[in-house]
Amino acid sequence: MDKILVGLKRVVDYNVRVRVKSDGSGVDIEGAKMSINPFDEIALEEALRIKERGEASEVIVVSIGPSEAQQQLRTGLAMGADRAILIETGETIDALTGAKILLEVVKKESPDLVIVGKQAIDNDNNQTAQMLAALWDRPQATFASKVEFSDGVAKVTREVDVGLETIEIDLPAVISADLRLNEPRYVKLPDIMKAKKKPLEQIPVADLGIEIGEQIKEVKFEAPAQRQKGIVVQDVAGLVAALKDKGLL
Amino acid sequence: MSKILIIADHDGSNLNAATAKCVACANQIAGAEIHVAIFAEDGSAVAAQASALDAVSKVLKVDNPANKSPLAAVIAPQVTAIAAGYTHVFGASTTFGKDLMPRVAALLGVNQISDLMEVVDAHTFKRPIYAGNAIVTVESPADQITVATVRTASFTASGQGGSATIEFAAVTAAIPTHTRYIELKAGKSDRPDLQTASTVVSGGRALGSAEKFQLIYDLADALGAGVGASRAAVDAGYVPNELQVGQTGKIIAPELYIAIGISGAIQHITGIKDAGTIVAINKDEDAPIFEIADIGLVGDLFSVVPELQAALK
Ligand SMILES: Cc1cc2nc3c(=O)[nH]c(=O)nc-3n(C[C@H](O)[C@H](O)[C@H](O)COP(=O)(O)OP(=O)(O)OC[C@H]3O[C@@H](n4cnc5c(N)ncnc54)[C@H](O)[C@@H]3O)c2cc1C
Ligand SMILES: Nc1ncnc2c1ncn2[C@@H]1O[C@H](COP(=O)(O)O)[C@@H](O)[C@H]1O
Repeated sequence: MDKILVGLKRVVDYNVRVRVKSDGSGVDIEGAKMSINPFDEIALEEALRIKERGEASEVIVVSIGPSEAQQQLRTGLAMGADRAILIETGETIDALTGAKILLEVVKKESPDLVIVGKQAIDNDNNQTAQMLAALWDRPQATFASKVEFSDGVAKVTREVDVGLETIEIDLPAVISADLRLNEPRYVKLPDIMKAKKKPLEQIPVADLGIEIGEQIKEVKFEAPAQRQKGIVVQDVAGLVAALKDKGLL
Repeated sequence: MSKILIIADHDGSNLNAATAKCVACANQIAGAEIHVAIFAEDGSAVAAQASALDAVSKVLKVDNPANKSPLAAVIAPQVTAIAAGYTHVFGASTTFGKDLMPRVAALLGVNQISDLMEVVDAHTFKRPIYAGNAIVTVESPADQITVATVRTASFTASGQGGSATIEFAAVTAAIPTHTRYIELKAGKSDRPDLQTASTVVSGGRALGSAEKFQLIYDLADALGAGVGASRAAVDAGYVPNELQVGQTGKIIAPELYIAIGISGAIQHITGIKDAGTIVAINKDEDAPIFEIADIGLVGDLFSVVPELQAALK
């Protein structure tokens, strides 16, 4: 296989507890720590391992986002990606637009494989892989926990509700990474230095000729219903009594 | 008027309970006409079950040998072919629905509303984002078909007093051969299903090994409960992946949830927010799980759980 394209989204770090703005106009992420979407680190790690096994020759990381997303792309380069592409836009883009943008990159680069995360932990959409595969008219293997290749075919094990499903897909194809696909490597300091010299191409989204607009409008944000802290019982007898009280035993 | 198509989730012989919840969601859209489509090799048995669901007026059977296995790439073009004339196409937020529906949406040229949790009106819905830390109200354009996955934990299953007509639907769509099904390794269990059980007992990293996780299974059996786990317990290999509860595992709403040796990370909590009563057993009194537990017990699980087990006898 020649090229693998990996989607890296810049998202609020998973440790940050975001809050809704008091006027309901959005979530307050001002100054919050930003990171690579955790599933995308896994996607990149898988691509790097495929390359290190000698089964691919180049790994390209792509992000659609603001200029600051260069930081996440640099981290991706430090992890081991060969080059990076930033499709620059200051606007929030929906999943279909994101997939259309990725399709443009796919047309330009003709990768044999695209690996993205199963979901972005900000919008929790879980759509991009499926939409890109549909628009590209190629196979999809979502929620992957194991991937093997032979002769232009990928055998993918998927985490499904009842267990593990295995499917076979012809390349090129789109795979979305689940949590147990691998454990991403840590970035080492010398690699961060080296990554500074790797190519990072910036393309304004306008150059792709794709209309950016919100089909589905986000009209109001609110905090979720909070569960109240309940009682603390002293021992097992207390627990059994409390459960009986609620008619649960 | 809304005309809603629901894509059934099934295993070839049984309709998944998630579909009945999807119907309940659709039925909250005033005056909706609800149809259920079954893509199978032979959907007769599943169609009979779907036709019994309240509020469903028609069941469409799309039988095709290619539909023997639940492959999104195979089913999506067929859904697209029958979607014309509908205002909404819904699927459950099961792994089947999450895999299929965005592919359908893209083929229809629209976005998808993921994890729809509340119906405001025919084109206004609520859904969780940021692992449930925020709820956003979204509006889909009225002049477009609305595609959504339904967060099943938010809805009570539709009743079974219906008698919808069952029709065979002929579908012309190019079915790709680039995606082939190999096998399913399903976890075999006689225990109640995690997603529908009224009581669920979950264990976390604290269990320490697959052998010791037996404590959780034993307690669950004493309670007639389903078994769940935190991501840490799954990653450590104590239990298989299908037991994971949370943002990226299963979202459940049992009447009683017992979390044992689970710290209560936001990604875990988001999977159990809709539970009736949450019980937490943890040796750290500052564990975040106690902030949301209805009943907390601070103690070492290795003594508390056997004691509880004995008390239940
Ligand atoms: C993108 C992403 C998605 C994620 N999705 C999920 C998800 O879907 N589901 C999920 O669960 N997690 C998820 N996580 C992981 C989550 O952040 C936590 O790491 C995980 O839930 C922790 O599992 P735990 O509570 O079992 O382990 P820990 O956090 O290690 O907690 C163990 C607890 O056991 C207690 N304990 C230890 N010994 C004993 C004892 N003898 N008796 C009683 N108590 C004891 C400790 O006090 C501690 O509170 C996700 C993380 C990321 C980044
Ligand atoms: N703006 C983006 N830039 C790069 N990759 C993205 C972007 N949005 C989504 N993706 C990829 O698609 C995956 C799924 O995202 P989503 O469908 O939004 O949940 C993410 O894990 C990324 O790999």
